[in-house]
Amino acid sequence: MRLRHAVAEWAPAIAILVLGLVAWEVAVNAFGIQKFLLPKPSEIVTAFWEQRSVLWPAGWYTFTEAFWGFVVGVSFGIAAALVLARFRPLGSALMPYFIAASAIPIIAFAPIANAWFGIEKSSKIFIAALLCFFPVLVNTLRGLTSVKPQQVELMRSYAAGDTAVFRRVRVPTSLPYVFTALKVASVLAMIGAIVGEYFGGSQQQLGIQIKNSAALFQFETAWAAILVACILGIGFYLAVALAEIVTMRRYPSAQSPRR
Amino acid sequence: MTKAAAVSIRNVSKTFGKDGTRALQNIELEFQPGEFISLIGPSGCGKSTLLRVIGDLIEPTEGEAIIGGKTAHQARLDRDYGMVFQEATLMDWRTVEKNVSLPLEMMGWDRGARRERVRELLDLVELTGFEDHHPWQLSGGMQQRVAIARALTFNPALILMDEPFGALDEMTRDRLNLELLRIWEATSATVVFVTHSIAEAVFLSSRVVVMSARPGRVQRIVDVDLAYPRTNETREEPRFFELATEVRELLRASHDAREEA
Repeated sequence: MRLRHAVAEWAPAIAILVLGLVAWEVAVNAFGIQKFLLPKPSEIVTAFWEQRSVLWPAGWYTFTEAFWGFVVGVSFGIAAALVLARFRPLGSALMPYFIAASAIPIIAFAPIANAWFGIEKSSKIFIAALLCFFPVLVNTLRGLTSVKPQQVELMRSYAAGDTAVFRRVRVPTSLPYVFTALKVASVLAMIGAIVGEYFGGSQQQLGIQIKNSAALFQFETAWAAILVACILGIGFYLAVALAEIVTMRRYPSAQSPRR
Repeated sequence: MTKAAAVSIRNVSKTFGKDGTRALQNIELEFQPGEFISLIGPSGCGKSTLLRVIGDLIEPTEGEAIIGGKTAHQARLDRDYGMVFQEATLMDWRTVEKNVSLPLEMMGWDRGARRERVRELLDLVELTGFEDHHPWQLSGGMQQRVAIARALTFNPALILMDEPFGALDEMTRDRLNLELLRIWEATSATVVFVTHSIAEAVFLSSRVVVMSARPGRVQRIVDVDLAYPRTNETREEPRFFELATEVRELLRASHDAREEA
């Protein structure tokens, strides 16, 4: 029963995917679209298979950069939110700057990050971490401070101090907000790592593969590399979403903020 | 020596903010152990504020509240009272059992003792079998019963209730009123109950404190001489209507006086 339900739910989306790919293939043939503008799906899949020994190690290299950037950015974001929630005046003093800073196109710092952290992994990790930091900070802080006043009164009626309120009310209240931020961050981390790579580094990374293939007119290889990036990015996102489902089982689903 | 009053409110005034909104003015009240007291009055009469002064959740500008011979602050630190709000204020991520045992966790009870106590309380509020449910899987009335069980966990001598049934439909409210009286009789605690329902105040209380607004003052204390245990038939007794009418007229008089002023 459950399987049939799942099939029924996913069938329309899968049908759209198949139709889209067929239309793409047909359109490229029918209109004689140049390969550098848009290669056929069949060509991309061929390149994806033939170049697999190059693309997957490159993808893995990029993914590790994104992963560590995610870990560093999320850790700092949550730590900063905990400090700012604990010391509210400091939070209100710094919050406008964090919001302003989150509007900065951080990608623009990629060439400078190369100067600061060297051209290898650390500069990409830095960019990915910086991209993750702000949404995690802002969301976590909002979660930690969106506790109902009555819940705090209740805890105070049990003679609870700030620390107990923090541990038993603020942190659990913030979890849905934190997971929303983690999902955003998982996507941003991949973007940060790949864009960082466009500005140099070893050959064995996805950003460089995409850039060089395009420069050499091997567009189907560039597309295949993008496909690898998509698979890894979606995988990363799904892993975070799965962690969310496991952790959030105990929460009413309507309560978790969606966006 | 006579036993200390359950709650003694001594010349309490509370002014909010810089513009000096007087929420409470020179309140003098004394509740004896085992009484069921309702605070009733128009919105803005400071009845919820007074309840929070008793619970040391709000500091009075003048005067003090003494709980069983202790300052309100000491009584809070000693966990001498249980609190129930209009919203059940349950933690969504905790099961019913874990919500009820929250105060016990904070008091450092071990797991076995907590489980035992929670079982007793869920039995008392007739929620046995719902231990592993989450609050959002329960109706409003059931949630409020969980909140009542939680307030009773550590057997407090005083229970403070801030419009606990205000958000429920009338049928549920009537039923929970009966249940609350049964629980009160089983625990012999003192209850201070904030409400804006005249019928509820008269039905539940041994005394009804009628308050007037802006500034919040005690207008009159009405003794409710209806015998306990009260039942659904109590609501149909002539004396019940007389008392309800008396409270209604007091509330109307204070309202009219304010309109004219």
